[in-house]
Amino acid sequence: MKVLLLHPDRDFEPKAPLPSQSEALIQDLELETLLQTMAQGDKFLYQTARQVLLNSLHDPSEISYRQDILRDCLTHPEVIRQIYQIPLEAIYRKQKHWMGIFSRTPGGILSSAVQMLEMFVELLRRLEQIARTEGEKFHSAGWQRFFEMIRRELDEAYFLQVEHHLRQLRFREGVWLSARLGQGNEGIDYVLCTPNPPQGHWARKIFSRRSPVYSFTLHPRDEHGARALGDLRDRGLNLVANAAAQSADHIDNFLNALRQELAFYICALNLAEALTAIGMPFCFPEMVSAEQRKHTCTGLYDAALALTVKQNVVGNSLNADKKDLVLITGANQGGKSTFLRSIGQAQLMAQSGLFTAAEQFSANVVSGIFTHYRREEDATMKSGKLDEELGRMSEIASHVRPHALILFNESFAATNEREGSEIARQIVDALLERHIKVFFVTHQYELARGYHRQESPRHLFLRAERKSDGSRSFKLHPAPPLPTSYGVDVYRKIFNT
Amino acid sequence: MTFTSILFDQELPPANDTLPPACFSDLHLDHLVERITAHKDEYGLKPFFYTLPAKLETILYRQEIVRDLQQQPWLAQLKAFATQMAQTRRYLAMIEKLDFELHRQGWFLEAALAYCQAINNLQTAIETTQLQSRGFQALRDYLLSYTQSAQFQALAQAAQAVKTALSQVRYTITIQSGRFSVRRYEGEGDYSVQVEQTFEKFRQGKVKNYYVEGYDSAGMNHIQAKILEFVARLYPEPFALLAGFCQRYATFVDDTLLRFDREVQFYISYLDYLTTIEHKGLPFCLPEISEERDVFARETFDIALAGSLALSSQPVICNDFEINPTERVIVVTGPNQGGKTTFARTFGQIHYLANLGLLVPGRTARLFHFDRIFTHFEREEELRNLSGKLQDDLQRIHHILQTATSRSVIILNEIFSSTTLEDALFLSREIMARLLALDALEVWVTFLDELASFNEKTISMVSTVSPENPAERTFRIIRKPADGLAYALSLAEKHRLTYEQLKQRIQP
Repeated sequence: MKVLLLHPDRDFEPKAPLPSQSEALIQDLELETLLQTMAQGDKFLYQTARQVLLNSLHDPSEISYRQDILRDCLTHPEVIRQIYQIPLEAIYRKQKHWMGIFSRTPGGILSSAVQMLEMFVELLRRLEQIARTEGEKFHSAGWQRFFEMIRRELDEAYFLQVEHHLRQLRFREGVWLSARLGQGNEGIDYVLCTPNPPQGHWARKIFSRRSPVYSFTLHPRDEHGARALGDLRDRGLNLVANAAAQSADHIDNFLNALRQELAFYICALNLAEALTAIGMPFCFPEMVSAEQRKHTCTGLYDAALALTVKQNVVGNSLNADKKDLVLITGANQGGKSTFLRSIGQAQLMAQSGLFTAAEQFSANVVSGIFTHYRREEDATMKSGKLDEELGRMSEIASHVRPHALILFNESFAATNEREGSEIARQIVDALLERHIKVFFVTHQYELARGYHRQESPRHLFLRAERKSDGSRSFKLHPAPPLPTSYGVDVYRKIFNT
Repeated sequence: MTFTSILFDQELPPANDTLPPACFSDLHLDHLVERITAHKDEYGLKPFFYTLPAKLETILYRQEIVRDLQQQPWLAQLKAFATQMAQTRRYLAMIEKLDFELHRQGWFLEAALAYCQAINNLQTAIETTQLQSRGFQALRDYLLSYTQSAQFQALAQAAQAVKTALSQVRYTITIQSGRFSVRRYEGEGDYSVQVEQTFEKFRQGKVKNYYVEGYDSAGMNHIQAKILEFVARLYPEPFALLAGFCQRYATFVDDTLLRFDREVQFYISYLDYLTTIEHKGLPFCLPEISEERDVFARETFDIALAGSLALSSQPVICNDFEINPTERVIVVTGPNQGGKTTFARTFGQIHYLANLGLLVPGRTARLFHFDRIFTHFEREEELRNLSGKLQDDLQRIHHILQTATSRSVIILNEIFSSTTLEDALFLSREIMARLLALDALEVWVTFLDELASFNEKTISMVSTVSPENPAERTFRIIRKPADGLAYALSLAEKHRLTYEQLKQRIQP
């Protein structure tokens, strides 16, 4: 039995290594805010959100598999939260009753395992009931398969069979073993025999025994003998205790997997509720294959910013279909960084199966998302700033593959403009040639003008808008780069001149 | 020839309480033998390593054996034989400690089975192996007649028949609190499988193994003995066969093969030790054993040191030596920590191992058939009492000179280092003259360059340093005149303290 709510064909791997650039992504795209909102203070939810968000999917059909499941969740959040309670209940009961398999003897292992199995059976019955009463309301392939599996595998006959075994495994009528003679006439190959049919059962009459029986009763004070007999019993129970304990572990793992995979959808519900509360829209993105170049959206906003200021924020539209390079210039504090962040966030969210923070969003999937932001000076840094930036770029270069997306923010500006532009140009040219999509926010006029002169249809130039009165709308518009930035405005505003 | 021993063709074996020769610890042969015989205590091999054969003939007898042992799978087959014989002995020893008759009988049968298998396998192996040595050829003849003897054949057949009958016994035990019953097995099903199948649908990935190990250890308590007693009542025929077997074949191990099993371990244990340093890529050879003193070895090394370095990446340095017919003494000088002592040890080790009839470290070698090795190495703990030490040194050397013959090997390492240079020189010259008169083979490690050119019978060998970096030892000892000064000058240059350099640095 597999949960299969995150992947149509395999289990989710909660411990899968994150891409090497994850730390940079969290920092540069301000993912912390999103993760906190999704987790709502729950550590486990936080870990799951982080894991799923950063380990992107790359197949559009896998993405829509999750999107469909999430749509069902958004329609019936109360059922989802109810199911999520089941694995939580298992954890709670284990802790409350000190349940677990800690014994070192097969007899002890068996009785702990039976106790756990009894508890699990009760919870599985609850899951089966939800599947029976609520399953019909769910339309996604993922949920339908899940509920169908529960109804098929965990039917009443099965529960009766399990409960029968759980009673047998207490061995009230004694333990019955078969054995052979090994080296030195010592008993080997102890195998637990199928327990006796009840008295008067037809099978009992057919298998009436022909063998003579030799019996022995221990002296009540023969403690050594009692221990020896107990050892022999344990030997006989060894295999079945292992089977029962492993079964308990497997069911425990199933419930854990259920908790693990549902956690992501709980996170998504939390995020959706938070965005709805501040009146911001979200939509399911339309994702196309990596080889295409698509990037179109309306009302795309920085979800982290919206959740921080808890109010409506400015959204941007973009039409960058068939574009490889998007070069963004313009006024300081004109919304360039916010826009770049929203591009990165939307791509990550889309490729994790989430909705995107936009009114409409469609893009090609990418093989990897990378950010290269200019960083504040680090006091502990020994190497120079440009050296450090190039070091990070080199790190990206060793992981990036064709059809990736790289977001540059004021990169390679830690030297004079000519050198910086030249370094950036050589890097960007190589990336474009290797089919990597590049968004580049820059002040470097040299760099921007160079690309603008090429007049390539594959390039798009955006500029932060500045109204005639000098104030900013925080909207970006397609426009060629201008030779000056608007630092003087910022200066004026801050110094009130 | 009739087969008696794989080690001593015509000599008597050493007593089991033989002590190591005096040279053992100076040459680190004590460490070596400890390593070789580790995990082989049951064979009592040390006396074999402590005792040199008296006759050249015995050394050659052993060298033939070693040559035969260098072919696979013969060596592996002998090891398999040893394993099965060890098992036989272990079972027989164990029986002494067992409390229940049926249990004892069961293990006695196992001992006999292991023994028969050991002998049969060895016989098959020896028939299909080309063996040149007199020792193994004699063993082959012995084995052939032994395995064809009516007595051995009957033993092997009877043991197998009893085992087959017992292995078909199958029974069931019902355990309740304080009570159990035993019956014949009548086709009951396996319940563990049913439980596993019921929960099969949840099986996913790997989970912890809860199977408790440790129940399979040998042994029998009175409950198990009682069960066995019931089983014997349920199945009387196989147990009657077993009792008859034990009575009839009370002793079955052949004394000559038992002795072979122990003695062949002398070779096997040594070869096993060599495989632990195999990855170092060091050469070994069977040396020519000479009654003359013109000896040589190419690419030889300290075999005990090689063992210590087996797990490290540090290389083992090989050296050559050669003593021409007119020469007697190798004088080793040069920088400290340069491998001089190791070289001296190597010389002693290679001679000792050659005279045991074993492979020696080196590409090729001709070595002297000596009568005894004498060593005198300075020991740190003796430095506490300096005046006492000189006296002790002289007494020991006196003893050596009195006991040694022209067929002895003498190794002196840094003697007289605690006295004045003048005294040391005087004493050394005196001793050297006496040693040369004795005509023995000798290695003398000393700080006195003067000894290196004592006369035409002395050979000068020097520990060397790397030409690029004089502080770095190469651990190579080469034949050349003693040149302590050149070494001192190059070190001074490295530290920019030569005359010219120092003048440059201290500008007026």
